[in-house]
Amino acid sequence: PKPINFQKALSQSLRQDSITMDTESTYSGYSYHSGRSRGSHRHGRIMSRGERRTDLRETGTLPFSLAEEGLPAWSLLSWKGNCRGMPLPGMLQGAYRTAILPPFERSFGLSVPSPPHVGERSRDRHKSRSKDSSRSEKSVTINAPPAEPLLGDQSTRGDEMQDDNWGETTTAITGTSEHSLSQEDIVRISKDLDESVRLDCRRYLSVSLSVLLGTVVLLTPLAFLVLPRLLWPEKLRVCGTACEGLFIAVAFKLLILLLAVWALFLRPPHAALPRLLVFRAVLATLVLLLVLSYWLFYGVRILDTQDEDYQGIVQYAVSLVDALLFIHYLAVVLLELRQLQACFSLCVTRSTDGQTRHYSLGQLSIQRAAVAILENYYRDFPVHNAALLSASKSRAAKHLAGLKVYNLDGPGGNSAAAAVGVAQSQSRAMIAAAARRRDSSHNELYYEEAEHERRIRKRRARLVVAVEEAFTHIHRVQEEEQKKPPGEAMDPREAAQAVFPSMARALQKYLRTTRQQHCHSMESIQQHLAFCVTHSMTPKAFLESYLTPGPTLQYSRERWLARHWTLISEASVTSGLKDGTVFLLKCIDFSLVVTAKKIPYIKLSEEFIDPKSHKFVLRLQSETSV
Amino acid sequence: MFQRIEIQKLRDGDNLILGFSIGGGIDQDPGQNPFSEDKTDKGIYVTRVSKGGPADVAGLMTGDKIMQVNGWDMTMVTHDQARKRLTKKNEDVVRLLVTRKSLEDVVRQSMMPH
Repeated sequence: PKPINFQKALSQSLRQDSITMDTESTYSGYSYHSGRSRGSHRHGRIMSRGERRTDLRETGTLPFSLAEEGLPAWSLLSWKGNCRGMPLPGMLQGAYRTAILPPFERSFGLSVPSPPHVGERSRDRHKSRSKDSSRSEKSVTINAPPAEPLLGDQSTRGDEMQDDNWGETTTAITGTSEHSLSQEDIVRISKDLDESVRLDCRRYLSVSLSVLLGTVVLLTPLAFLVLPRLLWPEKLRVCGTACEGLFIAVAFKLLILLLAVWALFLRPPHAALPRLLVFRAVLATLVLLLVLSYWLFYGVRILDTQDEDYQGIVQYAVSLVDALLFIHYLAVVLLELRQLQACFSLCVTRSTDGQTRHYSLGQLSIQRAAVAILENYYRDFPVHNAALLSASKSRAAKHLAGLKVYNLDGPGGNSAAAAVGVAQSQSRAMIAAAARRRDSSHNELYYEEAEHERRIRKRRARLVVAVEEAFTHIHRVQEEEQKKPPGEAMDPREAAQAVFPSMARALQKYLRTTRQQHCHSMESIQQHLAFCVTHSMTPKAFLESYLTPGPTLQYSRERWLARHWTLISEASVTSGLKDGTVFLLKCIDFSLVVTAKKIPYIKLSEEFIDPKSHKFVLRLQSETSV
Repeated sequence: MFQRIEIQKLRDGDNLILGFSIGGGIDQDPGQNPFSEDKTDKGIYVTRVSKGGPADVAGLMTGDKIMQVNGWDMTMVTHDQARKRLTKKNEDVVRLLVTRKSLEDVVRQSMMPH
């Protein structure tokens, strides 16, 4: 039958195509635990292919992260601040820095996180080192001395500032160097383990305390009712229908309270915050005080004196339940309603490519506002594509390229002040020289962009035609299948696989031109094609996800590049948002700068205006005789 | 280029009449005024002078723009206010300050050297 032959023929060509896209296909099939070793192989192999280096280095080697291992946020602070190799701006060094983990899989286990530590840190090292080495070819002096605090690294770095023989002293990165653990790493890991134990204990503690409080609170009214019956049943005065009514009231109010507590407090939390949630603590204290005072009065007035008025006791219990319901109302107002009304407009800008969004939030603390913004980030911001930024970086490098500053005074003057002064004057000289020479980079930019646009459009046209042909082929085959007696119906997956190779090349070329090829693996493309065929979508619908970069959430987790966030803020993170609050959400590759602006206070006032003054009045010319 | 005109009111039964009609005012449509040169002029204009009446005797002509009545300004009044100022019951004489286009032409002509 025709379809099967076609399939066979196409699958052979498919195999050939798969070789060219080999690296992409090996991405997707990994389980998390094998990801690390493959990642390092990838690094080792890819070093030979110059053109691929940018993409893979930027997209990260490791598909799993500290968050999923259950390693809590505090440990990130210890190595995060050290490993970047560049000093933070002065004003933020004294600021609060807390890390916020999105707990995608909330595992409370304490697994040993050694591989990601080494992998991520060495990835950072690798990145900064290769950047410095490429920079040293072009400009000698703008490098600040890299602030690398690890002793183990200083020896391998060498003195790049004054050493012209850098090629002989730097260590080449091969695939095997990431496996080694130095002594410092072991010390650090054990320290982190202790910290992680401490933080999980803290989380356990708060959960268990709140559960305890909840059970005590819910059982107290029942205890109030039952204790007199148990302790002095014969002295109690029989109470009739009034008591029964009150019993029913207590039962239903407790049920309502239970449901309300479940609805408000027992939802799965979507974020773990570092500092105490002020309102929750206040409410818990209030409830505790209330219950304690009720018990106090109960103990003194009822248990000690063995009061006989059972109706009074039942009413006492009912009043407690009423008070608890009112506290729950207070909780709803404080925790939910207060931040609903929008008070602030937050402007969130991604630092690398300038994508900006505006969100309206109510009166929240800075930590909660940061969580809200991160949730919106995954939904709104297009996925961060580092490959698109390389053009501007190369332009910036070229701008100062070709200028070399010679220090004629020799390598004397080792004091920090002299070095700084020399560096400043040299940079000033370079800037002046660069400004003076005739710069035609704007011209180049214009033509380069025009050319790039043309190329994209050409590739896109080819892609659209190829996809349309593929889809028409599928439709034709489907119609043929329907005409024939129902034999083997073609599975959408098979149809997708049969048709995929015919458009794979065009799609791959298009993705390469728009530098998106690391976002989509071959497997994911085939899955998407099968999905579109199943739901009878048009080729345009299939192509939509490749033509425009979608929000970050739509891609698989390895492509996000934004999993660990650090909140940097000058004000305390439990303080509320104010007009002009600025805080930073830093991630490894980029940061989100958030500015808060207050929505203005609008005052409407009432004033009597003659209705004729603002409406259209037909004016006639009247004549009066006097 | 103003002319002062003094009109003696004529007693006709219970009313005092002046013998002319006015048009215009700030609440009226200035575009329909046939006598004004500037069609945004919202002043009070004399639209008709009854023959033989006190106004005709005093020398008021149609098309005159009334600037003042007994010292009260008439350039920024509503139609009704103008009527009221002219028909005050306790006044027998109204002294008007009027201007007309032909008046300006005459004066300009006389000032021009021949």
